Amino acid sequence: MKIEVLGTGCKNCNALEAATSEALQQLGMDVPIDKVTDYGEIVAYGVMSTPALAIDGEIKTIGRVPSVREIAELLTGAAS
Amino acid sequence: MSVFLPEPGTRRSSVNLWGLVAAAGFAWVVGYMLNGRFWDVVVFDLLGLDPESRLGEAVHFFVYDTTKILLLLSGIIFIVTVLRSFVTIERTRALLGGRREGLGNVAAAGLGVVTPFCSCSAVPAFIGFVAAGVPLGITLSFLIASPMVNEVAVILILGMFGWKVAVLYVVFGLLVAIVAGYVLGRMRLERWVEPFVFETKLRGELVEPSTEMPWEDRLAFGWQEVRTIVGKIWPYLLVGIALGAAIHGWAPEDLFAGWAGAGNPLAVPIAVLVGIPLYSSAAGIIPLVQALSDKGVALGTVLAFMMAVVALSLPEMILLRRVLKPKLLATFVGVVGVGVLTVGYLFNAVI
Repeated sequence: MKIEVLGTGCKNCNALEAATSEALQQLGMDVPIDKVTDYGEIVAYGVMSTPALAIDGEIKTIGRVPSVREIAELLTGAAS
Repeated sequence: MSVFLPEPGTRRSSVNLWGLVAAAGFAWVVGYMLNGRFWDVVVFDLLGLDPESRLGEAVHFFVYDTTKILLLLSGIIFIVTVLRSFVTIERTRALLGGRREGLGNVAAAGLGVVTPFCSCSAVPAFIGFVAAGVPLGITLSFLIASPMVNEVAVILILGMFGWKVAVLYVVFGLLVAIVAGYVLGRMRLERWVEPFVFETKLRGELVEPSTEMPWEDRLAFGWQEVRTIVGKIWPYLLVGIALGAAIHGWAPEDLFAGWAGAGNPLAVPIAVLVGIPLYSSAAGIIPLVQALSDKGVALGTVLAFMMAVVALSLPEMILLRRVLKPKLLATFVGVVGVGVLTVGYLFNAVI
């Protein structure tokens, strides 16, 4: 599984990364989180409001910090 | 894998949820209506301050205005965020793609107001718009309108100056965004955009994250946004209202009338120049300038100052430098600055 956090270092981007790693920890999954910080890369994904979360190259959330529970649901959904 | 998920109580039934919203709305209306009377009793009766005294007037101004602004902020941010959860910047871009200049600038300014947007996303939004074929001037209309007519500024103006000034502010803010974007578009400045913007290729389908969001999430999102924004700006707000209260209580009535009244032609440009570097304190600036306007600063000067504070902020300019070459950035500041100046002079001449 490939997990990417798209954002350029704003406060919410760090919050999303923290929430994602907490969700991974709760699930007992050991997957690294890639941070995508290049503007061109982010926009190429079709994302214009950061932060965004992508799992296996597919954008799951845009422009907000979802709850740990929601991220965990997204992760389990993608894993099954 | 879903064994750890049960969190009882978080998935409220929709009846409970709407009941909660109705109760909160009712409490809000009662609180707003009783605000003045409540502080009359506390400040003048319980604390025994004289309503005619400077201290009494300043203390009452501070507690009454703080309560009023905090109520307005929470209520309106909640409603605006819930409504905005139906609009996404991706959809806005689709609406603006291929628009002609002129009408396109009007649409962009209007969409700039309703699209949820944080200035930290200004750069990806700019690249995304331009890469998708939205003309430069139309993109800039969007980027000017979005911070200028933002809910925090408008709520504060509504709370401190009343609805007439708030309406004027919104109308003239939109006009500046439309005209400045149109002018910048006509100047054909594409060569001053960093080249990588035009080289960005879009791949993949855009997701529409908000379309299937349940109401529960939209309301939770609104509440979260209220807490984030109020949590971020309350210190500035308190300092601004405290300074405003001090000016209100102690400064002589015509302190500024002499050199910042409508009679001084230099007052507007000075207000704009001072306003540009101030940003993070926008929440504190508006209560402060309200007190200044009470003491004789002309309304046009005040409006120009507020527009300069919110629309031309130094941090946003530094962000935009990533995609705009210095010449374009300077032209951008210049054209928007002239628009704001015009609004200031126009008001001082008319009112």
